Amino acid sequence: MNCIIVDDEAAARAIVSQLCSKAPELNVMEEFDSAIEAIKFLNEYKVDLIFLDIHMPGFTGIDFIQTLKNPPKIVMTTSDTEFAIASYEYEAIVDYLVKPITQERFDKCVQKVLKGKSSGSKTSSGFPTDQENASGEDLYINIDRRLIKLKYTEILLIEAKGDYINIKTQSKDYLVHTTLKKILDKLPDDKFLQIHRSFVINFNKIIDIEDNSVLIEKSVVPISRSNRPELMRRLNLL
Amino acid sequence: MKETPNLTYIDNLADGDEAFRQKFIGILKEEFPAEKNEYLTAMESSLFRGASELVHKIKHKLNVLGIQNAYTLAVQHENELRNGEHSLKQEFLSVLETVEQYLKTI
Repeated sequence: MNCIIVDDEAAARAIVSQLCSKAPELNVMEEFDSAIEAIKFLNEYKVDLIFLDIHMPGFTGIDFIQTLKNPPKIVMTTSDTEFAIASYEYEAIVDYLVKPITQERFDKCVQKVLKGKSSGSKTSSGFPTDQENASGEDLYINIDRRLIKLKYTEILLIEAKGDYINIKTQSKDYLVHTTLKKILDKLPDDKFLQIHRSFVINFNKIIDIEDNSVLIEKSVVPISRSNRPELMRRLNLL
Repeated sequence: MKETPNLTYIDNLADGDEAFRQKFIGILKEEFPAEKNEYLTAMESSLFRGASELVHKIKHKLNVLGIQNAYTLAVQHENELRNGEHSLKQEFLSVLETVEQYLKTI
């Protein structure tokens, strides 16, 4: 589960990061000392969970949530319990941790988040919602006003190209007007993985992995530093 | 009875991870004096709102260092500063001195 930490205090970020390091289900992609920087990151990467401080100077955690159209799951962290009531008005907020956060309380939080993830719903993305995942094994894409069915197993990789994405399958490529983040919301987490700001791969199509790249059929796909830990975690390493 | 800062919380969190322990102590040693100085500057300029933001940051560190009474004092001081009052300034300064001295020993 890819997560980020947003807190203006380095000490607080270090504590959450340390707690996350003990949870094998969590992969901390980045830490941010301002909400603005985190928003830029969220526009490029798929993040499953945010540990978010409420009380930050200038742009608060609540301001931050209000700017997100399709927020991932959010765990609020703060020393001010008075903010708890306000925070629960937002559906994306799944838990609330009071500083200093104990290991026991954090573990409970992770279990809560994971439980929610397994039964959670996907956010809307502009794909036709009534047909999507009809069989749980496919996806419909809209090309020239035609809805084309793609089986997950056909997809090799997806590359961001400006305002479009290129879906590469074994038989042909499809250029679709959408973003990587939106299609990732529609794809099953256990089959697809973002390994670079511009690339999502079908995990089952990996042929081999070198230092900073993955081979998918004949395509060499770069791995970014922040996505590498999650990729390595998912591998069934001998 | 006067409270003594301690690293019990950090040691529990580190659970033998010396690298984390040292990293965290390094952050405390770097951030705390800077925040203390910013607080003093804000108070000298009667910028109480800004000072309350700094007390907010500092109080989290007091909590981490296990000095609960000092944390409670910081909460009260933060709240009074938001209202433009500063009756707890001297008491809070004493806490800051205690913590600063402690950080020099670790």
